[in-house]
Amino acid sequence: MMSMFERKIGKQIGILLILTAIWGVIHFMIKGGILNPYYELNLILIGINIILAVSLNLINGFNGQFSIGHAGFMAVGAYGAAMITIKAHLPFAIALLVGALLAAVCGILVGLPTLRLRGDYLAIATLGFGEIIRGLIVNIDYIGGAYGLSGIPKLANWTWIFWLTVLTVLVISNFINSTHGRATISIRENEIAAEAMGINTTKYKVMAFTIGSLFAGLAGGLHAHYFYTIQPNTFNFLKSFDILVMVVLGGQGSITGSIIAAIALTILSASLQKLAALRLVIYALLLIVVMLFRPQGLMGTKEFSFNMFSKKSKDKEGKQHGTAIGQ
Amino acid sequence: MEVFLQQLINGISLGSIYALIALGYTMVYGIVQLINFAHGDVYMVGAYLGFFATAILGWSFLPALLMSMVVCAILGMVIEKLAYTPLRNAPRIAALITAIGVSLFLEYGMMLLVSPQVRTFPQVLTEVQYKLFGSLVITNRQIIILVVTVALMLLLQYIVHKTKIGKAMRAVSHDKQAAQLMGINVNNTISATFAIGSALAAAAGVLVGIYYNAINPLMGIMPGLKAFVAAVLGGIGIIPGAMTGGFLLGIVEAMVSGYGKSLYRDPVAFVILIIILIVKPAGLFGKNVREKV
Amino acid sequence: MALLSVNDLSISFGGLKAVSDFNLQLQKNDLVGLIGPNGAGKTTVFNMLTGVYLPTSGDIQLDGKSLVGLKPYQINHRGVARTFQNIRLFSDLTVIENLKIAYHSHAKYGLLGAVCRLPGFYAGEKEIHEKSMELLKIFKLDHKYDELAKNLPYGEQRRLEIARAMATQPRLLLLDEPAAGMNPQETHELMGLIRWIREEFDLTILLIEHDMSLVMGVCENIYVLDYGQIIAVGTPDEIRNNRRVIEAYLGEEAS
Repeated sequence: MMSMFERKIGKQIGILLILTAIWGVIHFMIKGGILNPYYELNLILIGINIILAVSLNLINGFNGQFSIGHAGFMAVGAYGAAMITIKAHLPFAIALLVGALLAAVCGILVGLPTLRLRGDYLAIATLGFGEIIRGLIVNIDYIGGAYGLSGIPKLANWTWIFWLTVLTVLVISNFINSTHGRATISIRENEIAAEAMGINTTKYKVMAFTIGSLFAGLAGGLHAHYFYTIQPNTFNFLKSFDILVMVVLGGQGSITGSIIAAIALTILSASLQKLAALRLVIYALLLIVVMLFRPQGLMGTKEFSFNMFSKKSKDKEGKQHGTAIGQ
Repeated sequence: MEVFLQQLINGISLGSIYALIALGYTMVYGIVQLINFAHGDVYMVGAYLGFFATAILGWSFLPALLMSMVVCAILGMVIEKLAYTPLRNAPRIAALITAIGVSLFLEYGMMLLVSPQVRTFPQVLTEVQYKLFGSLVITNRQIIILVVTVALMLLLQYIVHKTKIGKAMRAVSHDKQAAQLMGINVNNTISATFAIGSALAAAAGVLVGIYYNAINPLMGIMPGLKAFVAAVLGGIGIIPGAMTGGFLLGIVEAMVSGYGKSLYRDPVAFVILIIILIVKPAGLFGKNVREKV
Repeated sequence: MALLSVNDLSISFGGLKAVSDFNLQLQKNDLVGLIGPNGAGKTTVFNMLTGVYLPTSGDIQLDGKSLVGLKPYQINHRGVARTFQNIRLFSDLTVIENLKIAYHSHAKYGLLGAVCRLPGFYAGEKEIHEKSMELLKIFKLDHKYDELAKNLPYGEQRRLEIARAMATQPRLLLLDEPAAGMNPQETHELMGLIRWIREEFDLTILLIEHDMSLVMGVCENIYVLDYGQIIAVGTPDEIRNNRRVIEAYLGEEAS
């Protein structure tokens, strides 16, 4: 008879094996030329988008704060990491770390003053911060100014992206499924009650922003080192909206939803590449339609679990499992 | 001193545009508590309609202006009915996201329709420069912008304070349910608000087209955001606030442009926003409201 | 020393003085009621005690240490928990999740443990789960642990709110109209529950209530508030016959 601990370890090893298999298969397909660069590009994009969507979901979906300036944090990470490799000639891992940490610091700086703002006001403030960050980048010639930064070494590849995506999902998922995650979620549910029950809401709101921006910065660093050129315009509010659409469509409060939406929308984007303007119109319509008819997005606040399809969860609408809190 | 006065003149022109757009934001927010992200794009549509009227149909300034205002008023009402009315009782975030969707739809739809290129507005009004006090320049276009803006604002004040629909708008802004109980048709009042706001934005669009001679499908994004900042600065939901905020922001921006780097123009507006939100979120004219526990 | 000592507490909103010179002393294990007509300022007093509002003047002392200026979560950590007049449950979360959140400040593992899934995490989660289930059992809600809070019938939602407040392991419990919306049967059970948890958890309880049967039946001492001021303090019998109290509730005619 296995103990709970042994069952958990077994499950974790199983997942690790599956992930390694996925990584391995694709890795060798790329190396062997079976997957051409176009597919590789899209897989990379999927990874980056998953990191962006899941990190934004932590802030918007789980913590209930409305942030629409996420691209700003991505920009900080991108430029930060690029500076480290280009100017300081330090290894890729350090560059990514520095970029992510810089973005996290920005997250704290943005989070602290905007804490007492609600809903619409918070949204506009985060948008404003995103624009301020972009405006600052445009004005700093040392990092390329309005022309952007090019010549960034192409250090990111499938392996880096895949495992860092896995790490992001793991860290955020572990955070959510813990007492800290519950504290974060309680703020979304009823902030005044959460505060009355002993939750330091300020701390957790800033924490959500910080962790979210940390990973956005990571995504930025990866982006910079794959596409070897970055411009301030790459990280404008249209990019922020892009990420927002993924989070909303997937379901605010569902990590699985964000992953699915990131994959689906990246693929949609790629297939509609030829009809560029049409793609964006479709995006916009999709957003409107979803908000009007299914505002909880694809997954709502539910996560994927193997007993999703079993008889137990086909009970009446009311009986849901909320977020996948370990039982 | 001269730089200051010149930038003041420029700032007032710029501020007029922001004020006109800000009025739409503030009226809509006051009545349905929604940040109508699509509002900046109505301004863009207004500019294109003006372009269409003058370049294609060969109309002169006033008819083009009026047509643009009327069509955009209708556009505003249509957007409201289709996208916002169904979400009137939904969480504010849902309505905000939908507004973003509408905004994107207008931008990219227009791009699809007319191509992303910048179009040149025909020279409806040949530029005439007037020299004041030495080297100060004020153009006839700037005068027209100011005159039209002031005229529209006076008209708005009249509507809001001296007509029945204006009274209804004020009542619904205060307390929707009470207004309904008093027999006011809330839906129509909200539609009227959107219509008026959109008409003002359209006017701004036409004026900008004439002033800058260039329009493009994404031209509404920045002015839209900045006009929103202006509305917040003055006190969101407060009409005199939007007017004041608009002019203030225009002047500040012109000053920054004149004295500093013009690349700082955009971030400056957002820095002002952050400062206001932290120091006095209710804006210059606003009052703080406490949440009931 | 009194557990809770409130001295000359006052608060003004703009020009309106909502509460003036409120004085209250609670000894350990007291069960005291705060009553008064609607709008008298009772919830405002609660909000000041729990740090939601900052009083304009006066002091609140728990065990001799001032609570004024502390944030609500800090006051909770010092041992004060409350329920709300209009239920504030985490409606889209399950019953047990509502409790687990309240156990947060007593969780035995930190951020690192959570993210890296150290053994401390599993032990800590197990403890939180077990403690939550135990508490739910006491409040007869354990069979519904997996239900969404919003799907519970009204009476159970109120019970859940009390259970959740208890999960923060308070010494002082503030109940804001716990019997609101309950039928006589439920109110009677609630009275028993309140007396029982006071015994079992060594609590001190201050409650706001309009239901006189509960107040008279359970409270040992009663403070009466009207227009923000205390107009009477006494035992249920004394209050029942107090002229000023009757007038406040029913108007001048009813004497």
